[in-house]
Amino acid sequence: MSITTPWTIEGKNHERNFKSIMFLGLLWLSLFVAFLFLLILLVTTALNGVGRYDLRLFTAYNNTTPTDAGARAAILGSLFVVTVTALMAIPMGIAAAVYLEEFADRTKWYNNFIELNIQNLAAVPAILYGMLTLGVLTLMGLKNKNVVIGGSIALALLILPVVILTTREALRAVPQEIRDGSLALGATEVQTVTKQTLPAAVPGIATGTILAVSRAIGEAAPLLLLGALVFITYDPNGLLAGFTTMPIQIFSWTSAAQAEFKQIAAAMSMVLLVILLSMNGVAIYIRNKFAKRW
Amino acid sequence: MSEVTGSVNAPEFSLASSSLRVGERAIRATLFMAAAFSVLITVGIVWSLLVPAIEFFRQVSIIEFLTGTRWAPRFKPASFGVVPLIVGTLWTTAIALLVAVPFGLGSAVYLSEYASEKNRRRLKPIVELLAGIPTVVYGFFAIEFVTRVVFKEWFGFTVGTFSVLSAGLVMGIMIIPTVASLSEDALSAVPLAMRQGSFALGANKMQTTLRVVFPAAFSGIAAAVVLGISRAIGETMIVALAAGNKPNISSNPLEGAQTMTGFIANAALGDSRVGSLEYDTLFAVGLLLFMITLIINFISIRLVRRYREAY
Repeated sequence: MSITTPWTIEGKNHERNFKSIMFLGLLWLSLFVAFLFLLILLVTTALNGVGRYDLRLFTAYNNTTPTDAGARAAILGSLFVVTVTALMAIPMGIAAAVYLEEFADRTKWYNNFIELNIQNLAAVPAILYGMLTLGVLTLMGLKNKNVVIGGSIALALLILPVVILTTREALRAVPQEIRDGSLALGATEVQTVTKQTLPAAVPGIATGTILAVSRAIGEAAPLLLLGALVFITYDPNGLLAGFTTMPIQIFSWTSAAQAEFKQIAAAMSMVLLVILLSMNGVAIYIRNKFAKRW
Repeated sequence: MSEVTGSVNAPEFSLASSSLRVGERAIRATLFMAAAFSVLITVGIVWSLLVPAIEFFRQVSIIEFLTGTRWAPRFKPASFGVVPLIVGTLWTTAIALLVAVPFGLGSAVYLSEYASEKNRRRLKPIVELLAGIPTVVYGFFAIEFVTRVVFKEWFGFTVGTFSVLSAGLVMGIMIIPTVASLSEDALSAVPLAMRQGSFALGANKMQTTLRVVFPAAFSGIAAAVVLGISRAIGETMIVALAAGNKPNISSNPLEGAQTMTGFIANAALGDSRVGSLEYDTLFAVGLLLFMITLIINFISIRLVRRYREAY
């Protein structure tokens, strides 16, 4: 019988000795250090960007004169690349997760192999996805590697394992009784998935995909390899157009010599942080608010 | 036995119909293809790295590559000893772990063992936010704040623009959520009964945490640390910005050094021709990086499976 007992068994006076208090203090300290760093990072970055929080940051193209430079091309590039990324990675990831969680026979070696493979892919260094994409684009016969579709392929491959793993977790949280009930009423397995299991898992899947997409927005390493560090003064207008993205633009301004470029790099970092932290916030909100406890 | 026990230990049978409709079969096959595509990605990675790397090893011996202590692929005469890049990677990884393991584990233990459910739900997302910060922003923070302000202005260290200490410290902060969230999972998976047993024997909370819960969750915690190592080795943008791009077997963490990922990122910015030895060098280093992280990832996956089986 595993009835959940509220665990107040521990004796309170035992906690009052010096060692225990020190231990708890150290635990608090480690959590505090994490929060402190988050705060310092936000404040120093915000302060570094003072003077460049203006409209030009969004409307102007990049410029060799720091005060005239803006991130219009990078912002539109990020938007374009990440939209295509999401369109590729999310349906594919959900489909793979549904197969692995709902249909796969765990005793078959190939299903185990696929599972192991996805767990490994989730931890493969991001930059290697850039190298893979170089190979894929060469196979597609594209000579110019810095194209929107190239960036999207790289980022989609990067976030696919994340989408699969989080979707699986969301599906796993749906109790077996719901599936059994649906099947017992005569629904087929596919109907059970599309009408019962998937809708029940939507909050978890939404949280996972938002986090995956925000990772794609912030990632720069694989795009660096495609040559996305370029000076672009036009809006990306097609899948084969050249592009740059916000993180790449920040990287390029950070490595520039003049101090004014650091300022605009910091301002742009804040824009990126606001976007990503609010996406994270929304994801966490959805998880806490809508995730059902069965 | 009675019907009651029969319904509790339900026999293993499926409610699904035994023969599938054609449409269902087609849908299943499509879903299977999506899952199998992930295997194609791995094959693709190996293939895209191996083909140019083989070309590279035709001209440079593997032994010279792995044991040489001078990395100068652009010099004439060029030298392809990867040891300096490995040493640079070890520096940043070790420093990152010194930050991420204690703070990550401390946070995990607090969240799992001490925090009330309400506090846990409030505090955990803040730790997770650290994982949501893009790595270029961490890189900017490393050079503009940690190196320039903290090291130079506050402590008066003699340090150039780049230092592995700065890159490693900031990378450690980045990895805190990785270590914290996986170890918290492992700690929470330890059954309540084990804690209750410990309390019943008169142990206090600290003793229970350190001597019962921690050892019981050890393989999961080890998996978290190992995954943290993998993240640290593969991290690119922080080291590309803050650790510098000078290959350097250094004994001083205030100096700059180039890591494996730093070299790949830096070389990608150059204008090496496709098919040249210089270009293939990128993939030889990439292959080495892939192999190292592959081994580490498998160790981590094995460790996670061990604690999942135990509880």
